[in-house]
Amino acid sequence: MNNTLIIGQYVPGNSLVHKLDPRTKITLIFFFVFIVFLANNVVSYSILALFALASMVTSRVPIRFIMKGLTPVWFLIVFTFILHIIVTKEGTVWLEIYSFQIYSGGVFQGIAISLRFFLLILITSLLTLTTTPIEITDAIEDMLHPLKKVKFPVHELALMMSISLRFIPTLMQETEKISKAQASRGVDFRTGSIKDRAKAVVPLLIPLFVSAFKRAEELAMAMEARGYKGGEGRTKLRELKINARDIAVYLLFIAVIAGLLLTRGY
Amino acid sequence: MDITFNNVSYIYQENSPFAHKAIEDLNFHIPSGSFVAVIGHTGSGKSTLIQHLNGLAMPSRGEVTIGDFHLKAKEKPKNMRELRSKVGVVFQYPEHQLFEETVVKDIAFGPENFGVEKAVIEERIRDIIPAVGLSEDILERSPFDLSGGQMRRVAIAGVMAVQPEVLVLDEPTAGLDPRGQKEILQMFYELHKRQGLTTILVTHSMEDALKYADHVLIMNKGKKYMEGNPVEVFTQKDALHKVQLDVPESVAFLSKFEKRFKYSLPFKGQTVDEMAEDIRRVVQGGRIDE
Amino acid sequence: MREKLIEFRNVSFRYREEHPWVLKNCSFEIYEDESIAIIGHNGSGKSTIAKLINGLLFPQEGEILIAGKPVTEETIWDIRKDVGMVFQNPDNQFVGTTVQDDVAFGMENRGIPREEMIARIEESLTAVGMQDYHLTEPHRLSGGQKQRVAIAGVLAVSPKVLILDEATAMLDPKGRTEIMNTLNQVQEKNNLSLITITHDLHEVVQSDRVIVMNHGEIWDEATPREIFAKKHALREIGLDVPFVAILADELQVKGLALTKEPLNHEELLEELWTLHSTT
Repeated sequence: MNNTLIIGQYVPGNSLVHKLDPRTKITLIFFFVFIVFLANNVVSYSILALFALASMVTSRVPIRFIMKGLTPVWFLIVFTFILHIIVTKEGTVWLEIYSFQIYSGGVFQGIAISLRFFLLILITSLLTLTTTPIEITDAIEDMLHPLKKVKFPVHELALMMSISLRFIPTLMQETEKISKAQASRGVDFRTGSIKDRAKAVVPLLIPLFVSAFKRAEELAMAMEARGYKGGEGRTKLRELKINARDIAVYLLFIAVIAGLLLTRGY
Repeated sequence: MDITFNNVSYIYQENSPFAHKAIEDLNFHIPSGSFVAVIGHTGSGKSTLIQHLNGLAMPSRGEVTIGDFHLKAKEKPKNMRELRSKVGVVFQYPEHQLFEETVVKDIAFGPENFGVEKAVIEERIRDIIPAVGLSEDILERSPFDLSGGQMRRVAIAGVMAVQPEVLVLDEPTAGLDPRGQKEILQMFYELHKRQGLTTILVTHSMEDALKYADHVLIMNKGKKYMEGNPVEVFTQKDALHKVQLDVPESVAFLSKFEKRFKYSLPFKGQTVDEMAEDIRRVVQGGRIDE
Repeated sequence: MREKLIEFRNVSFRYREEHPWVLKNCSFEIYEDESIAIIGHNGSGKSTIAKLINGLLFPQEGEILIAGKPVTEETIWDIRKDVGMVFQNPDNQFVGTTVQDDVAFGMENRGIPREEMIARIEESLTAVGMQDYHLTEPHRLSGGQKQRVAIAGVLAVSPKVLILDEATAMLDPKGRTEIMNTLNQVQEKNNLSLITITHDLHEVVQSDRVIVMNHGEIWDEATPREIFAKKHALREIGLDVPFVAILADELQVKGLALTKEPLNHEELLEELWTLHSTT
């Protein structure tokens, strides 16, 4: 039925970026957030942009998917740009409209800040575009592992996330079924005032909740019957492995940082 | 109400890379008052078919006519609410649609949506409760405290309380035990007779189709594969086996009997009793009276 | 002498003290390599038996022994290794995000090393004919396929007994046939007892022995042939009898003396042919 369903933004692929260990990707993004702030001149910005662009091209994710991920933030990027043009009054005056002056510093600043913003979003959306939600879950579980010492329920958290992911399509099908049943009983989900429509959701939500609870109960029983008793002594089928390609990418990333440090102006 | 499908196709997610035809060039006519069984494997298009009967799905091509209602491709439907009040649908596991605090409120939900007056609804509920095999003392209870079988009856009462003229049943006995299955089908059959309904039953059971339907529609891969009266359809063993459907056990047995005894004893819709009589005569060497 | 695998000794169970008994003083035994069907109307207590065997519920009265071990809080982890279960709803027991993750779940819980898991996944998925679906997500599978994956998940931990708690009830006829074929093959290749809790007559006919439940009590315990001979009584407690049994009954009424209760078309035909040849 829902053969077309794609959870999250994941675009299946077999590229180098897809094949990287999810922990590598998360670590690199974490550091990328910091090194973005190292860039402060044309050369250093070019290095950053080149790195982001190269990642994008290697991932072979079609441009339109990347752009779709950026749609909600375009406004913010443009807004930041304009704000800087208005507020920053440094450098020489480039343009004068009536009494309002646009300074070269404002334009540079605006471009710099928007570019930073753009690159950050681009790189982070590459993570969700090339990594399945379950891989991200595995990576988080692994990276949070040290927190187990302070009794943080790392395993339970990861299991909850993976089960939620597993049940998203099931509950979507269920929603469709129930809404059809209620529509047949005269519920109108499409027309009417906001109040009417909010009321129409009740006959949908209650059965959905009831069924979700029933599913949860049955699932818990099935898990118990299959010998589940918490994370203690469990082995794992899904395995994360740092490969040569991960190390190569780390090295490349260190080179980028070095390049930034060398070329940035102090 | 008469139901007519005229060259109906339904394309799922049209104009997307995932488009596929759920039903294709479907033509059939169901006269008012018929009891029709729709049979086919999961994915044969039978669910999509029944969704056209109350406008939950609109044809991508062709036209569906239900009484005076017309559903046409690319045409905004009119009187949808009225259509849905005339065509009642009992979905698979209908108890999943219950949501009200009490049984009586849940049964009244449908008729209220269709603007039936309170006093009329109360009267209908009084009639429908015994008809679906429930007793009045459950009316004020929460539907979620009832047994599975009772919940299903409440859900069915909720559909019947709208007093539809066409009743669509999507595997209404799934998950019940044999007695429950028989009781529910018998109940629908009696309602069908008493209220002069047009009933469409989606089922996997050839036995039930043979027992209750006066017309059978076999679906395969989105197309109409066979159509006709049950005896006619169910005696075509090879054609049914070709699409991995079985014949009713009585038909299967008679056909094996014919082969073993080299004696023609065709299935003509006999009851088990009549069949036993036919078999007895052949076994004891007598002839069958023509 | 065959080994006793499961033993119920005067077992009674209810969910809460103010509730009625779901099981009343039930005693029975199931042996190694046996195939048992448990039938009964909805609410007759048949699913409760399955949950008691697995230690998902504990009886208020009586004792349950699995391979000689009493089922207690301490032993349930060992017992659940020996007793595999497949439940009714294919969706509500699929834990993994892909087929192989789901098959692995039981093994992961038991700390089986990864290399061994991979080998056993391959083996058990092949046993149920799902070897081409390792990475498929559950919402792309049919109900019958999901149940086959569930069976593979159980087989992977090589239990002594497999309980199917109405595992085919939500499937279409195609799915049911799939499961029946799978089980026949699995039973042939493994030393495995099978407990089928069902309404499906075909599944009953294929079992060695049938336990009939009625209102929480054991109503009868016999071979399928003996059980179906009691068709009138079976109907009274809300159960079905197969078509051949009904036809055989009508034929007897009409004066054809059948020597035994037929279980399938072929047996009845054979009897009729013998009768025909002697008249």
